[in-house]
Amino acid sequence: MIPVQFGYRRASSVDEALALLAEHGDDAKLLAGGHSLLPLMKLRLAAPEVLVDIAPVEELHHVRIDGEDVVIGALARYHDLQGDEVLREHAPLLAHVAGVVGDQQVRHRGTIGGSIAHADPAADLPAAILASDAVLVARGQEGERRIPAADFFLGPFTTSLTPEELLTEIRVPRQTGLGWGFEKFTRRAIDWAIVGVAVSGKRVGLINMGGTPVRASAAEEALARGASVAEAAELAAEGTSPPDEPHATTEYRRHLARVLTARALETSAGSR
Amino acid sequence: MSISGTRVLRVEDHQLITTGGTYVEDLREDALTGAVHAMFLRSPIAHARITSVDVSEALTAPGVVAVYTAADIDLAAGSAGPVGQPWLADGVVRYVGEPVALVLAEHPYQLADAAELIDIDYEPLTAVASIDAALAGETLLFPDTGSNVMQARGEFDETAFDGCEVVLTRTIVNQRVAPAPLEVRGAACAWDANGRLTIWLSTQNAQIARTIVAGGLGVGEDSVRVVTPDVGGGFGAKIGADPEAVVLGWAARRVERPVRWTETRSENLTSMTHGRAQQNTVTIGGRRDGTVQAFRLDVVQDAGAYPRAMFLPTLTELMASGVYHFPKVEAASRAVVTNTTPIAPYRGAGRPEATAAIERAMDLFAAEIGMDPAEVRRVNFVRPEEFPYETPTGAVYDTGEYAGALERVLEAGGYQELRAEQARRREGGDPVALGLGIATYVEITGGDAGGESGRVDINPDGSVTAYTGSSPHGQGLDTSLAMLLSDRLGIPMDRITVRHGDTDEVPKGIGTFGSRSLQLGGSAVRQAADQVIDRARELVADLLEAAPQDLELNVEHGAWQVRGAPSSGSVTWAQLAGQAGAGTLSADVWFGDGAPTFPFGAHLAVVEVDTLTGKVELRRLIAADDAGPVVNPLAFRGQRHGGLGQGAAQALLEVMSYDPDGNPTTATLADYSFVTATELPDFELVDMETPTTRNLLGVKGIGEAATIGSTPAVHNAVVDAVAHLGVSHLDMPTTPLRVWQALAEARKAN
Repeated sequence: MIPVQFGYRRASSVDEALALLAEHGDDAKLLAGGHSLLPLMKLRLAAPEVLVDIAPVEELHHVRIDGEDVVIGALARYHDLQGDEVLREHAPLLAHVAGVVGDQQVRHRGTIGGSIAHADPAADLPAAILASDAVLVARGQEGERRIPAADFFLGPFTTSLTPEELLTEIRVPRQTGLGWGFEKFTRRAIDWAIVGVAVSGKRVGLINMGGTPVRASAAEEALARGASVAEAAELAAEGTSPPDEPHATTEYRRHLARVLTARALETSAGSR
Repeated sequence: MSISGTRVLRVEDHQLITTGGTYVEDLREDALTGAVHAMFLRSPIAHARITSVDVSEALTAPGVVAVYTAADIDLAAGSAGPVGQPWLADGVVRYVGEPVALVLAEHPYQLADAAELIDIDYEPLTAVASIDAALAGETLLFPDTGSNVMQARGEFDETAFDGCEVVLTRTIVNQRVAPAPLEVRGAACAWDANGRLTIWLSTQNAQIARTIVAGGLGVGEDSVRVVTPDVGGGFGAKIGADPEAVVLGWAARRVERPVRWTETRSENLTSMTHGRAQQNTVTIGGRRDGTVQAFRLDVVQDAGAYPRAMFLPTLTELMASGVYHFPKVEAASRAVVTNTTPIAPYRGAGRPEATAAIERAMDLFAAEIGMDPAEVRRVNFVRPEEFPYETPTGAVYDTGEYAGALERVLEAGGYQELRAEQARRREGGDPVALGLGIATYVEITGGDAGGESGRVDINPDGSVTAYTGSSPHGQGLDTSLAMLLSDRLGIPMDRITVRHGDTDEVPKGIGTFGSRSLQLGGSAVRQAADQVIDRARELVADLLEAAPQDLELNVEHGAWQVRGAPSSGSVTWAQLAGQAGAGTLSADVWFGDGAPTFPFGAHLAVVEVDTLTGKVELRRLIAADDAGPVVNPLAFRGQRHGGLGQGAAQALLEVMSYDPDGNPTTATLADYSFVTATELPDFELVDMETPTTRNLLGVKGIGEAATIGSTPAVHNAVVDAVAHLGVSHLDMPTTPLRVWQALAEARKAN
């Protein structure tokens, strides 16, 4: 469990982090909470030449209201988000999901930006971001750009961020008063989801039903047409391509997506 | 007042939970100054011929002191002969994780980089990745032996089930699990100027480890000292010493420097031995009134790549009929080799497998004849008046009250109300099904017939130092032994020190496994204390000028006095020991007449199964575990809690899996589903104490008992939950996918 030798640079501001990324390009990886990256490095599945540690960056821990959006700093940790009053009121799905990621240790170290930029299809936050219709703010040497969540996730562990960009903020349209629901199916509480479903209003995000988090579009369209929860949930797995693994077959995941979508939609209906 | 039987905080715990224990990796011994660090390069392939080995590049890597492969090792082969594991893989690798090379470097961080530079060419051979593949025999692990079957015992009587109204047969998988102790394996070795090796080893028994290490190195036992610092769990997988320990001792001699080694967590999951791994076919026959007339158990033990513990299937045979008086019982076993990690004892070691088989069989039989599983058990129990009871497979049970244990847990659990609730849910079509699982069990502890050492010294200041050949590593035995001695000698616990695990201090001993420590190690120190008391009586008689038989030890005050005449003077232990001089008040015994004992109990598990997803939640676990008189209820309950959790985990979650090519698919803790507190309910413990007559203390072992009962109780509960939907059996672990698939198949069949 010893990683390949690597360089280590600390960044204490966004500008410093961007300068380091520009300097090292593809060879660098950002280190935030480290709970996804460090295990991969210890297993020697990842071997970045340089880690740029952005944990000391102080400017990206905020949660604040900006017009119609809730704006979350990418370095906000799950534990802080789970109890954040602003988030609980205006983006309750995200606050809830932040409270069920991993375990206590993970939630005290892991960051929302880290989870989203890591883009593990089995992670909880990316699907919740998708269901929240969030916009991701990336900054590079050239300036800032805004990426809709739907365009952000390109594949397993692959996003539209360039190697020289830093995810700085997550902008979530206020979901104040919207119904929401979240279902995470695991063997043990600390496991990654076999399948998960995040619902906010009429949007349904699916965890681990493909190479990226996906929206259950067919189910959403059915809801928009006025279908019942049961009818819509039956369509939850349409268009998905979930992985086939010994402990969870493709067929089983499709089934779970339908059952869990029904439950999340029912919770959502009850939470309004 | 006796402190035995009262709840005493463990003397071990203050350090363990404040500053922490001192494990092998923590040692800062002078003798280890300048140690090199070791890492084993392990086979990434299950079965292959090694066609070339090139370590030249690795030798040039920063900090590398040496790289050794099989060709370098000039030790005689291990004791297991042609099917024994070589010190390092020699020509052929037989499982993923088998040690192939040893790398020594100045700094541990240099090891993994250097190991990547070792160039080994493997020519893959067909892997034997399952019991079925081993029995098919198309590929042999050891072609010279002509078979993958390494041991075959017993045969069956064709007529055994003649006259039975009902006969059922079912193959039950008792899956392979990983011990995964919190402290992984580790060792540190240093040879002194006189050619004597000290090896600090994370083991369950220093003395047996000494025999193994000395034997492997080809030196006398007096040339090896084994020391066990704190040990963070073993569960049977740290009995003795693994081949790595011998190789490390050899390497330290070769490079003339101390050597330190700690494996990684992932390495531990595939390279430490695994447990269970049996495939058992039960046949049960009887009458529709619930009487079982004949039971047959056909055991196939997966021994892994190198057979190490061939007594495991034998113990399973011995305990085949469990708590029941069946007229006919027959058991046979085969042990096969496969291209998987070797199998060794794991909490229960052969007995849980027997219990799982018979307890599933009883439920299958009950379901077939339409009788409540509790009632079927009542009909067939060995009755209290039948003890000592000799089973058809040759075990002689000492004492037991099997029906009593069952009735107590059924009452504590509210069995009838639970059955009523289950019926209501079934009638109402509730998608969350309720399941009740019963397991009644008997097991064998201290079954190795090896005895144990015990020594008690009264020091000149009146304090006590006790030495035990037992080797506690989490059980709390230091506390239990101090309690026994305090009660016997009248000396407070804080004046009693228990020492173990250093072969220079305790040259003779067997160690801690098989739930043997209190009944054998406890009896030994108790016997030593009695001898010290006898010796003291003689000395006090001289001092007080009284007849020895007129003297008594006042255990309230820790002083000797004349019986009935305390005013005529008393002698404290300190006075006596001070006068007698060091070494006089000392006794060193071997308690060797301890026949095995047979703890027993009953467990009731309550589960909920979400029939839409297949997910099982363990809601309640009610357990009676009777191991005779309890010395320390705190430690006793702790052993039960751990056992219940570990046993339930096998039923629900844990399995060490391999793909058809012999690649482990659960090789990290992200994939291997170790149980956590979140998945477990508060345990409901029912107390019962039935003493044995087979040792001085009347005690039986508790270390494994709860593990043995809880696995089939939880397993039976899951099957019971979905029985009304047409499922008659599920193999363990009862994962959501497996339950969902079984429900889908049952729906199709209907």
